[in-house]
Amino acid sequence: MTVAVVQFGGSNCDRDAVRALSHLGVDAERVWHEDGLPPDLDGIVLPGGFSYGDYLRAGAMAARAPIMAAVRDAAEEGVPVLGVCNGAQIGSESGLTPGAFTTNASARFQCEPVSLRVERADTPWTRAYDEGEVIEVPIAHGEGRFEIDDDAYEDLVADDRVLFRYCDADGTVTDEANPNGSTGNVAGVLGERETVAVLMPHPERATLPDVAGSTDGEGVLRAFV
Amino acid sequence: MTAYTATVTVRLKRGVLDPEAETTRRALERLGFELAGLRSADRFDIDLEAEDADEAADRAEEMAERLLANPTIHDYEVAVAEK
Repeated sequence: MTVAVVQFGGSNCDRDAVRALSHLGVDAERVWHEDGLPPDLDGIVLPGGFSYGDYLRAGAMAARAPIMAAVRDAAEEGVPVLGVCNGAQIGSESGLTPGAFTTNASARFQCEPVSLRVERADTPWTRAYDEGEVIEVPIAHGEGRFEIDDDAYEDLVADDRVLFRYCDADGTVTDEANPNGSTGNVAGVLGERETVAVLMPHPERATLPDVAGSTDGEGVLRAFV
Repeated sequence: MTAYTATVTVRLKRGVLDPEAETTRRALERLGFELAGLRSADRFDIDLEAEDADEAADRAEEMAERLLANPTIHDYEVAVAEK
């Protein structure tokens, strides 16, 4: 299993992602975006960071880099694609997933552990969990507020494409547990295929036992195992 | 060919929360100003050569569609003037 972790100028979670995947026994390598995707690919990670300095909108520039056309083609062929944080912003900006991630309601950068409720446990990203399970994973973003118009949100829910919602420690989805003002407390969504997912929290920062208190994020990366 | 400046103004759609504008409004109020509301927008002045104003506007519109605006959260408008 070879997973490409696509590195843009300003990506800074690419090494973390490779380490976390390697810890799970996954053959992962960083790929500089200008070099294109390697052949015989089994998965793609769009890592966190501040690609292109978040100019214009977070993820806007990287989403238009030539490699993203290849990422979209691979996604359509069924190659698993995961976007994390800035990678989630890149994924939504490039049309891989619905909605947009924009400025936190607080207008501040927020770096803190959050509780997430697993909305579906029958996807590659969540099969390590139970539906309704609460996991703790950190966020670190200034533009993580999930925005989507009302009709598209209804479609998203009807199609069961919400993967995670911000919740309290008991799994109740409340305004108080919503760190950034996201519509419906949405923290992660699926693309048109279940093999494509983006989320603002960092599963790779909650995988290595020697790094974080929580290893709850490991289950997301297990999609690549 | 004529030299034009196409001005693309990108705004959040009505109803989409603008935390930066809200923070700016509160800061103005702290300075003693009275205001009923404040909205912010991004403006791009694009210099380009085109056959006529319509072509300049079309090209600026395509730039807005493909990069400058995100249709999920933004509306935009294009105005063209001879440079």
